[in-house]
Amino acid sequence: MSESESKGQRFVALCMLGMLLFNYPILALFNVSGTLFGVPVLYAYIFIAWAALIASMAFIAESGGRQ
Amino acid sequence: MLHETAIVLTAFVYLGVLFAIAYYADERADAGRSVIASPYIYSLSLAVYATAWTFYGSVGRAASDGVGFLPIYIGPTLMIALWWVVLRKILRISKQNRITSLADFIASRYGKSALLGGLVTVIAVIGILPYISLQLKAVSNSFTILVQYPEIVMPAKIGVLATRQDTALWVALILAAFTIAFGTRHLDAAEHHQGMVAAIAFESLVKLLAFLAVGVFVTFGIYDGFGDLFGRAAAVPKLRAMLTPLEGVAGGYANWAWLTILSMMAIMFLPRQFQVAVIENVDEKHLNKAIWLFPLYMLAINVFVLPIAFGGLLRFPDGSVDADTFVLTLPMAEKRELLALLVFIGGLSAATGMVIVETIALSTMVCNDLIMPVLLRLRRLRLNERRDLTGLLLGIRRGAIVLILLLGYLYYKLAGEAYALVSIGLISFAAVAQFAPAILGGIFWKGGTRAGALSGLLAGFAVWLYTLFLPALARSGWLPLGLLEHGPFGIELLKPLQLLGLAGLDQISHAMIWSMIANVGAYFAVSLSASPSAEEHRQASLFVDVFRHEAGGARFWRGTASVPDLYSLLARFLGTATADSAFGEYASAKGLGWPDERLVADAELVHYVEVQLAGAIGAASARVMVAAVAKEEALSIDEVREILDEASQVVVYSHKLEQKSRELEAATAELRGANERLTELDRLKDDFVSTVTHELRTPLTSIRAITEILLDDPDVEVEQRKKFLGIITKEAERLSRLINQVLDLAKIESGKADWVETRVDMKEVISDTLAAMDQLFREKNIQVEARLPEKVSTVTVDLDRMTQVMLNLLSNAVKFCDSANGRVEIALAEREGFLSVDVRDNGRGISPEDHETIFNKFHQVGDTLTDKPHGSGLGLHISRQIVEHFGGRMWVESSLGGGARFSFTLPTGAAT
Repeated sequence: MSESESKGQRFVALCMLGMLLFNYPILALFNVSGTLFGVPVLYAYIFIAWAALIASMAFIAESGGRQ
Repeated sequence: MLHETAIVLTAFVYLGVLFAIAYYADERADAGRSVIASPYIYSLSLAVYATAWTFYGSVGRAASDGVGFLPIYIGPTLMIALWWVVLRKILRISKQNRITSLADFIASRYGKSALLGGLVTVIAVIGILPYISLQLKAVSNSFTILVQYPEIVMPAKIGVLATRQDTALWVALILAAFTIAFGTRHLDAAEHHQGMVAAIAFESLVKLLAFLAVGVFVTFGIYDGFGDLFGRAAAVPKLRAMLTPLEGVAGGYANWAWLTILSMMAIMFLPRQFQVAVIENVDEKHLNKAIWLFPLYMLAINVFVLPIAFGGLLRFPDGSVDADTFVLTLPMAEKRELLALLVFIGGLSAATGMVIVETIALSTMVCNDLIMPVLLRLRRLRLNERRDLTGLLLGIRRGAIVLILLLGYLYYKLAGEAYALVSIGLISFAAVAQFAPAILGGIFWKGGTRAGALSGLLAGFAVWLYTLFLPALARSGWLPLGLLEHGPFGIELLKPLQLLGLAGLDQISHAMIWSMIANVGAYFAVSLSASPSAEEHRQASLFVDVFRHEAGGARFWRGTASVPDLYSLLARFLGTATADSAFGEYASAKGLGWPDERLVADAELVHYVEVQLAGAIGAASARVMVAAVAKEEALSIDEVREILDEASQVVVYSHKLEQKSRELEAATAELRGANERLTELDRLKDDFVSTVTHELRTPLTSIRAITEILLDDPDVEVEQRKKFLGIITKEAERLSRLINQVLDLAKIESGKADWVETRVDMKEVISDTLAAMDQLFREKNIQVEARLPEKVSTVTVDLDRMTQVMLNLLSNAVKFCDSANGRVEIALAEREGFLSVDVRDNGRGISPEDHETIFNKFHQVGDTLTDKPHGSGLGLHISRQIVEHFGGRMWVESSLGGGARFSFTLPTGAAT
């Protein structure tokens, strides 16, 4: 498998993970009252998950594919 | 202090700076030192996605439904994760085919269809109008609010203004002038606008900094951090419900999902995103950084949206201030004039960035895919005969820019007031999402046809017009509201907002469901119902298999053309300078100069010219123009198929070739090994021959010398004569023994020896050999001790050969054992399926380095020059060959001065 192919597959998997994280029912788990560091749980969850997703994208994009 | 003149002046200074940046970047590009050839500039230019909608509208949306604004940015993040697969392919296709716009891409994919290109252009222009009107509204509103400072008054309350004060119109006109100056200064065959990209990247920085400044000011200046702000919001009952906003809203999660999908399409297929991401891309590798930098930008610009929204709701609890303006009105309410001015500039940069890129992209589409194809077909205009068309092309584009901005202004006047910013923008998103099936289907599925794409686009666009565009006009009072409430002619099932009775969704989700069903359904159904033409088939293959055949489309062309015709065609559209450099480049790649009569107008040159031309006037028009000067023979679908098959066969052949060459390499390596072995054997043979000759010469020399003495001197004494004859006999025996052994060895080594295998009792062999040698032992006064067990298993061997081995070992032992006090021991033992025989002497021993070599041919222990040889040097070699033939092993254990013990084993089971 070439490097670009394996990179592509990692990205596709990441996109699927993202769709899971930002949709019902995972989203509903955090749709509760209460706060995290003073920020409502849902808001905190979305921004943290989003940042993690971007970090993973950076890792895949910059690291190259599986050898 | 914030006087109207000061605000206007600041705005113009900002625009002046933008222009200076663009001018500088263009100059640098002309000098060949591009400033935009950087992944960071590329990422920042992608952030043209964040417009006034993001800058002002997100806060407005957040103030009404909390996190509801976020799918617009999370969707693109998810889509960008797929860019490595999708956008990379689109980039490669566009580079190879010199795609100039979204419409060009779709038209080119479906057989360079001018009709399809035109339809895409119409959809894009109409679909984007609400989006442009949104920018005009945002800029004019922010200006109108800012000039009221220190009062905070909403524009709607100010009432009708005179034309001179109609800010939106002025904004539209100024932006039109500005865009013309930016985007259509000259005609570039590759449609690269380096100056524009540099300016857009700068604008992205400005709007981000301005927004972050307000965010930090509200969160940490007015309030005491996030916790304090959200804590106070939670104390207000009305706001508490917004902290978990997805609960209880009808279709909450479904709307969220649809907005995500919609934004995923928008980030790919908005004309301006396609422009910056694909057309303006200078290096595919920039994707690596952009894939995470651009999402990071979106995250950063959204962090403070919710704090500003809640800050605004807390500051203006009575609802007198439109939430879309919180970003501006909060600093104003806190009397931060400079911050308010910075916000205005940030909003201006967000809006101008969008308008500039969008109108340039749309004007290229209008020119290349809508107007030029029509003009070129009108024979009356005789455009084919005009010498220089570059002026005409630029004129059309400039006109298109003004027209598009005026249409945007018109939409703003007609429908802009009834909706919030985000709702206006989403209507445009839904329009460009209609391109998704034709493009995504087109690059991954060869079966999509021109008719399928046309049907899909028409069906999807019709549903969009009916469910989104029409209601927008109705709500603004331009159509009767009854249309929305009771359906056309009172038919309830056809209500635009609840088509076929589908209720419970928001307007956008509702429209997306129906338009996508219509679009995707028609695309696939029509594509599958008829077979594609030759041209469609060929383009489909070029697009879908772009990573497989890099060669491009030259091999699909057959016909006749002339170089001067092609040159003048290119010169007419691009100007002589560009045409000269294009031909020069082509000629130098062929190793020729330009002009050069040897240049041939073959398929490759025709294709090259067509691609160059496509960069200026679009694929469909370029095809028509080239067809006009080159007499092309039409290829039938079968011929196209054949060429494609050939191409795939070539791929198969090359794979086979690779495999063959790998096999050849392996065979070569084997041959080399065999050759090395042969050379070694050859050397051994030479050694053998010279050694044998040497061994034969020694006895022969002595025989000859003695016979000569006897011959010359007949008076030799009898005693002496007897001694001489004894030597002759002994040497002759040695000769014949040597010759016998050599023959024996030759037989064994060539595998021609006759082996007579019988069950043999080794105890008997040893006893017989000892008996035969008894006389010799006595003569030499050697003590012999044999330790033989009572009974041993038999072995399957050749009796005579085994006797030969024993004789050899024993005679060796006799030869080398101590001359005064000779002693030889023989031991036979049986263990674990083997018989072992040891023959031990008490001679001078053998040094360890000779333990292996003594088994070599003609090896004799000791210095051959000084010592008298004790044998032929073949005995041990032959013995070992015999033992090994019967599956056994032979070795020696010894040290100098400690005697030697020769051992061999033989398997007792069924031998070979």
